[in-house]
Amino acid sequence: MTERGYYGQFGGSFIPEILVATFEELVQAFEQAKADPGFWDSYVRLMGNYSGRPTPLTYAENLTEHFGGARIYIKREDLNHTGAHKANNVMGQGLLVKRMGKSRVIAETGAGQHGVATATMAAKFGFDCTIYMGEVDIQRQRPNVFWMEQLGATVVPVTEGTRTLKDAINEAFRDWVSAMDDTHYVLGTACGPHPFPEMVTWFQSIIGREARNQVLEETGRLPARIYACVGGGSNAMGIFSGFLDDDVELIGVEAGGRGLETGAHATRLASDDASLGVAQGYKTFFLQDDDGQMKETHSVAAGLDYVGVSPILSHLKASGRVRFTAATDEEVVEALSLSIRKEGLIPALESAHGFVQAFKEAPELSRDDVIVINQSGRGDKDIFTVADALEDPSWRKFIRDKAEEYDAH
Amino acid sequence: MLTDRLRAKQREREILLMTHIVMGYPSFDDSLRVVEAMVEAGVEIMELQIPFSEPIADGPVILHANQESLQAGSTVEQCLVFGEEVATRFDIPFLLMSYYNILFKYGVEAFAERMANAGLAGAIVPDLPPEEADDYLTAMAAHELAPVFILSPNTRDERMDQIAKVTKGLVYCVARKGVTGQDTSFGDDLDTYLARCRAATDLPLALGFGVKDRADVDFLRGRADLAVIGTQTIRVVEEQGVEGVKPFILGLRPPPST
Repeated sequence: MTERGYYGQFGGSFIPEILVATFEELVQAFEQAKADPGFWDSYVRLMGNYSGRPTPLTYAENLTEHFGGARIYIKREDLNHTGAHKANNVMGQGLLVKRMGKSRVIAETGAGQHGVATATMAAKFGFDCTIYMGEVDIQRQRPNVFWMEQLGATVVPVTEGTRTLKDAINEAFRDWVSAMDDTHYVLGTACGPHPFPEMVTWFQSIIGREARNQVLEETGRLPARIYACVGGGSNAMGIFSGFLDDDVELIGVEAGGRGLETGAHATRLASDDASLGVAQGYKTFFLQDDDGQMKETHSVAAGLDYVGVSPILSHLKASGRVRFTAATDEEVVEALSLSIRKEGLIPALESAHGFVQAFKEAPELSRDDVIVINQSGRGDKDIFTVADALEDPSWRKFIRDKAEEYDAH
Repeated sequence: MLTDRLRAKQREREILLMTHIVMGYPSFDDSLRVVEAMVEAGVEIMELQIPFSEPIADGPVILHANQESLQAGSTVEQCLVFGEEVATRFDIPFLLMSYYNILFKYGVEAFAERMANAGLAGAIVPDLPPEEADDYLTAMAAHELAPVFILSPNTRDERMDQIAKVTKGLVYCVARKGVTGQDTSFGDDLDTYLARCRAATDLPLALGFGVKDRADVDFLRGRADLAVIGTQTIRVVEEQGVEGVKPFILGLRPPPST
């Protein structure tokens, strides 16, 4: 990798001149933090004390019995404070912000998990906080907006473009070019210009480091396969990075939406629909038309609904190190229901994509094999979407009654 | 070549005007009428923006224009045809402005060849720093086109020198932090910054971001070579229609000395 953050032909730093000095400062702060062993230790302490790390590796005995194949283990990133792996990256960047002496943080958010995590970090560290969120995602993830606002953040609805994650990223960049002197942009995934893909992966690698120790201790062997959902790619990079040098098959599961053949999906690496491009400051596979205009994407999971993907994952796909597949909205809701009933686990709709592929493959492996699924987040936030998908009549009645109650006052 | 054309114009005018349109907004017919009005009003050089779905350096007005143009179905091909049409019809230099993905997807070499055949003078690509620009610089040089690079107030002196080595035709000096279309404070800081830009290059300096009226243009007289009117011309068209363009441009400078 060169100093500009290339992974094979992917990555780089395509930024307006006004941000060059800010990125130089960030690269320097990150390099110093990496070289300082005390920094990683303070990060691990913070995550232990504030976010309950290490998160458990849960043996899913009932699912294992149900599928009759490989033993299924689940890495419980849902048990982080704020309910997802997003906390890892955010708290790490928060420590960097303190080192850089800045007083304000901004972030984009899709599902809202990264926004809630950033607002939480800002509350803890005493930073001002502004979160950019697409109008469409605000509709889908209203409870997260409520919590961000309670945490003291200003949530700015993004009404331009497709009004989803990519547009929120653009708006965050527009804020940053105006306010970089006192503001740090807490990018939420392993995308964007260097050093973000490397830096976010570094903080998220805490997942893989823990998981490798845990699976060895628990089973005495390395897993045959590891499954993680892929939106931008940060939870996948987090768990994969603990096993890159091992003989372990790594599988990334993208959002298949309504099915690859419908075009309504967010599958960049497991389909031929994406092509190489440069946008949002980096070079990777994007879902774009022949002119280079970004397309609309679709997923039941707001956090996977993104046009680009981590340049590191594009490289790992090109090198053949990671295999990519897609799960449809329908399969995801099914896998979610099964996990709830069999294990009492409620994965986020995003995370459930990884479950889908693991469930497909578990029966073809033997009881001697171990597989690990990264449960990147918890599904409580998805209650509105999931209740709609399951067409739960009592939930609908509850919402109607609640609305009537408000109307009455 | 572009530099010579601009220097020749400067014998008539102390400060030149560079204006900006987003092609296809609100329509290609209107874009053509706006160019015509601007040329008639004495604008010396124009930037023609090819709309992009992720215009990260642009503020709300130009962002909106990008999206409306795309919504109306504008394609890169239509923009290139439009560029050729105006470059053939009007005797001023035209620069294409867009984001790197547009060139990258087209093929950087093929894009440069097409620009040269269309009679365009050069390009401005705000998300392409010199470090990532090897292919682009090679292609632009092969077709004798001007790759215009950008300086900003927080660009350090030694980096200004590096950028001055690769930019051709002119240098685009961003007046301040932020995106296009916000207010700029025209004062001592800007003066100091432009002096640093001047020390880095002999090429004409174009000052853009937030230049909106006669007072701003007056301030730049003697400090920069070109005033870039971007967002404000789009606002004028939105508020007054194409008819408003000519009086607006004429009001920015005193009549030329004869």
